[in-house]
Amino acid sequence: MSGKSLFDKVWEQHVVVPETEDNPAVLYIDLHLTHEVTTPQAFTMLRERNLKVRRPDLTLATMDHSTPTVPISSFRDLAVVAEPQAARQITQFEKNCEEFGIELHGFDSAHRGIVHVIGPELGATQPGKTIVCGDSHTSTHGAFGALAFGIGSTEVGHVLATQCLLQRRPKTFAVNIEGRLGPGVSAKDIILALIGRIGVSGGTGHVLEYRGSAIRGLSMEERMTICNMSIEAGARAGMIAPDDTTFEYLHGRPRVPQGADWDAALARWRALPSDDDAQFDREVTLDISSLRPMVTFGTNPGMVVPVDEPVPEGSDPSFRKALAYMGVTPGKPLSEYPVDIVFIGSCTNSRMSDLRQVADILRGRRIAAGVRVLVVPGSQQVKREAEAEGLDRVFTEAGAEWRESGCSMCLGMNGDTVPRGQLAVSTSNRNFEGRQGPGSRTMLASPATAAATALAGRVADPRPYLQE
Amino acid sequence: MDAITRVRSRTLVLPYDDIDTDQIIPARYLTTTTREGLGDAAFADWRYDDKGSPRPDFELNQAGAAERRILVTGRNFGCGSSREHAPWALHDFGFRVVISTSIADIFRSNALKNGLLPVVVDADTHRRLVEHPGEDVEVDLEAREVRLPDGHTASFDVDGFSRYCLMNGLDQLGFLQRQEEAIAGYEQQRAWQP
Repeated sequence: MSGKSLFDKVWEQHVVVPETEDNPAVLYIDLHLTHEVTTPQAFTMLRERNLKVRRPDLTLATMDHSTPTVPISSFRDLAVVAEPQAARQITQFEKNCEEFGIELHGFDSAHRGIVHVIGPELGATQPGKTIVCGDSHTSTHGAFGALAFGIGSTEVGHVLATQCLLQRRPKTFAVNIEGRLGPGVSAKDIILALIGRIGVSGGTGHVLEYRGSAIRGLSMEERMTICNMSIEAGARAGMIAPDDTTFEYLHGRPRVPQGADWDAALARWRALPSDDDAQFDREVTLDISSLRPMVTFGTNPGMVVPVDEPVPEGSDPSFRKALAYMGVTPGKPLSEYPVDIVFIGSCTNSRMSDLRQVADILRGRRIAAGVRVLVVPGSQQVKREAEAEGLDRVFTEAGAEWRESGCSMCLGMNGDTVPRGQLAVSTSNRNFEGRQGPGSRTMLASPATAAATALAGRVADPRPYLQE
Repeated sequence: MDAITRVRSRTLVLPYDDIDTDQIIPARYLTTTTREGLGDAAFADWRYDDKGSPRPDFELNQAGAAERRILVTGRNFGCGSSREHAPWALHDFGFRVVISTSIADIFRSNALKNGLLPVVVDADTHRRLVEHPGEDVEVDLEAREVRLPDGHTASFDVDGFSRYCLMNGLDQLGFLQRQEEAIAGYEQQRAWQP
């Protein structure tokens, strides 16, 4: 019998009732993250059936998706929420959390932020846990060796009511990332290159495990960026084996076990990495030693090229439709297209290390005339830390806007949108048609590339800015 | 939830690959707190121009579109966001079946819980469907079979549990609630507490 993978171990520890040919497995969920947008229908279902939340203690709530990021001292006045329906959704979420006894990091909480930023910050995200949320970027938490995946609102209801989900066991996919990143090249470029390689449905039906020398050398924030976009490769989850980098990140955080419990947890976590003889259903290897900064040119994250290469040729109708939407021409480099907006934020790239990279490029410089640059921290804690380091002043002195935390322009449902026809370079995760607002056009890139683009007013390679 | 056993309808074909859930329903419609009435928002940005008027050349705006029960799409349908509003919108518009060569995981899971049957067919069957938009097709969930008017048939896979729930119009929560004893036992006996 072969050894077990990280996924196998976490899955098997959480099977309440094994799957059979007739029935899926009943899988126990250790942490349920919730937010205002995908939960209202689930709470309605609980009320209709007179059900309670089974484990409010394993449920954590915050507000991020439809929440404004305008820079004001208090959100209490919901008049700042442009849409009356969004305001109602926010108010209802507060009511739902109160009624069902769920800890909410709402407007008054120092820990409010994007759900995938605050879970790790609080230490609620831990190795070996099963973590779900009504949000596809729940895959982020896999960076800690958790099995974390997005679910729909019906399943949110299932977890609220029973703390369990019905699941078929997915297949496993080993993604070996080898080599060393060059200067100005980041975790975001790794994941964009991987999606370009295996395609936007390359991971469908699989849980990815990112392994190899490059992964071991990444910080937790960089690992989160990679796992975050597993869903963009079609995989519901991506995982990274926990190691000393993981344990150092977690130690002392509010929800992490302390004292003797920490030692016990550590012993348990050290047993999680895949066995040497673990088998995977699929495997791919990517050497990133010569990787360049990557930028998307089309309308899905797999349509990606190195920043200094032209847009490729393609003939199928979906490819042509994407290029027509984006207004780009095969054979021309992306640096020829003027950019209207640069968005730095989202659950992919809104943490301290992302903001520091942006600041390193913007410091002492001015963003190009006519370009709007929005810098949105991933959480109120990130916001405070950045301000303590003076990063907010670097951004505003360069001409950028510094905002409250939230999902912001990533999905254009909170007042922050890219106007019709305008081109945005964004550190977020989806360049779908209209993702950032009706008719918006999006190119995805790393924080460093986004910062260089803000200065140049066109898609720009960050590397020359780092050498000056 | 309405039971599905057999769906017979003319098809509506959107032949593009990688149609994501932001196309199926853009995020600005997600501020709703109910699951009803989202059919008007289905494919909103493809369906309406910037003034909100229907684009006459788009398939969902053509005569009889609301009577089509079978949507045929390119590969990797429903990729992207986990928003269950996507199957809610498609169902509310009138669709009961989506046929593609591949369907994204979360969308498939959501669709199966909302009376919308995701069907993955082989490339040859898919090509026949795409080449003849609007033809009368039968999808038989009991037999797990798609039947084209020229006599061509293709079988498809569907998880037995989901099939049972769809055919009987059952939601899955009842099944989970009946596992209460096992869940409580698991919580007490597990080696560590989350």
